[in-house]
Amino acid sequence: MECQECQKRPATLHFTQVVNGNKIEVHVCEVCAKEKGYMTYPEEGYSFHNLLTGLFNFEPSPMSSHSNSAFTQPKELQCPQCGMSFAEFKRVGKFGCASCYHTFSERLDPILRRVHSGNTKHFGKIPKRQGGDLHAKKQLEDYKVQLKALIDKEEFEEAAEVRDKIKDLEKEMRGDQS
Amino acid sequence: MTLEHFVNNAISPWMHDEGPDNDIVLSSRIRLARNFAKVSFPLAAEQEELEEILQFFKTEYAHQTFQEYQDLEFISIPELTPTEKRVLVEKHLISPHLAKHAQTAAAVISKNEQVSVMINEEDHIRIQLYFPGLQLDKALEKGFEFDDWLEEKINYAFDEARGYLTSCPTNVGTGMRASVMMHLPSLTITRQINRMIPAINQLGLVVRGIYGEGSEALGNIFQISNQITLGKSEQDIVGDLQGVVKQLIEQERNARARLMEQSGKRLEDRIYRSYGVLKYSRIMESKEAAGCLSNVRLGIDLGLIKNVSRNILNELIILTQPGFLQQYAKKNLTADERDVLRASLIRERLKLEK
Repeated sequence: MECQECQKRPATLHFTQVVNGNKIEVHVCEVCAKEKGYMTYPEEGYSFHNLLTGLFNFEPSPMSSHSNSAFTQPKELQCPQCGMSFAEFKRVGKFGCASCYHTFSERLDPILRRVHSGNTKHFGKIPKRQGGDLHAKKQLEDYKVQLKALIDKEEFEEAAEVRDKIKDLEKEMRGDQS
Repeated sequence: MTLEHFVNNAISPWMHDEGPDNDIVLSSRIRLARNFAKVSFPLAAEQEELEEILQFFKTEYAHQTFQEYQDLEFISIPELTPTEKRVLVEKHLISPHLAKHAQTAAAVISKNEQVSVMINEEDHIRIQLYFPGLQLDKALEKGFEFDDWLEEKINYAFDEARGYLTSCPTNVGTGMRASVMMHLPSLTITRQINRMIPAINQLGLVVRGIYGEGSEALGNIFQISNQITLGKSEQDIVGDLQGVVKQLIEQERNARARLMEQSGKRLEDRIYRSYGVLKYSRIMESKEAAGCLSNVRLGIDLGLIKNVSRNILNELIILTQPGFLQQYAKKNLTADERDVLRASLIRERLKLEK
């Protein structure tokens, strides 16, 4: 696809602009995007992350030109570990430390949902050594998902096998605790 | 293993191996982002904390061997010249971000250049593994094993609900970015790729050029990777990506067959013209070189050009990047000087093929 501005270089940037309620598709190359002022990023140049920080900002009225401070709450959340405030996180689009996830926990779900297609919960690998009994817990969850799928497909024999595995595992986990 | 070795060879040792579907898929990569639990992310950490991490990696992992990843070399980024940094970026062994924010950064690279761990990039640890052809499953399996090996000595920032915690919320969860480099000349010639990219984007995958964010598809090489890292298992993410890649492979093969059938002579002419340009030019811009190399590689895959190795595309695209040319010339070059050296390097390299 060619850049719609210079018609020379390939378009590497594709996005939709909403102007007065009309959607306009824009396909431009990096050079023209900068030159024609589609986007201006003074320090870091042009990057995907800059596009993403846009996703984290959801002020009541995105079209308004009020400064952020007009909307920030009187008591701004601040991470006790690294000192990052929520406003700062929204500006840079990055967390300062692992504790930020805990500190901003309540306001995180909408952000994660936007970035990860509606997901807010981890469903993948667990650290081998640190994971401890999380491994068994995850295995149990996996079995339950399997069981439900098998019952839905009316494959009852296999479902019974998985059910037994769940029972065994639950027994094992109880045993560990006592 | 020495730094000289990494910066003097355009092609990494693992690239010499054959991989599945390597007429179209040049390489598969898995990247895992990890952080130390008790240290702030590089963005907010104290200088001393980051230096401690560097020291830890140097003492624990320098010259260690894990499985086939032998003799890990600890490379301190601030000690590199600008050209050396650029070469490592051009070979994809380090990211542009690591090269730029280099004060407290390092890389740990295996002898075969298949594993590269970036330290104090956006996250404390970024493990990257490369495999030739389409081998995402294998790359993931090996990536997990390497990750487990590091975790024996490191307490990761991990949360039951959010997974592996990363500086940027776009990486949280699995911390995994899986990607493949695909050579799609026929889909580009027939312009089908323009219709496919938006469709691929809708599946939660990202299409980029060879050098990542915002870069052009130099030499018709496209990088396809997952966007979502949270809410799906690594295996499912890789499975989804693999599914799309397989479809693209099929479409590219179909397009090649159709092009040969409908305009075989034209395609042949285009390929041989490019071959001629590469063989005899005296001045060559990088974009022209990449375009010609893509055509020649297509000619090799279609069996038109024989006695030239398939690796010529990956090798010469990397070799003719500005950093590599300057490393070769052992001095800084102007753009015009680079174009002359590029043309001469390509001519010399093609002579070796006979």
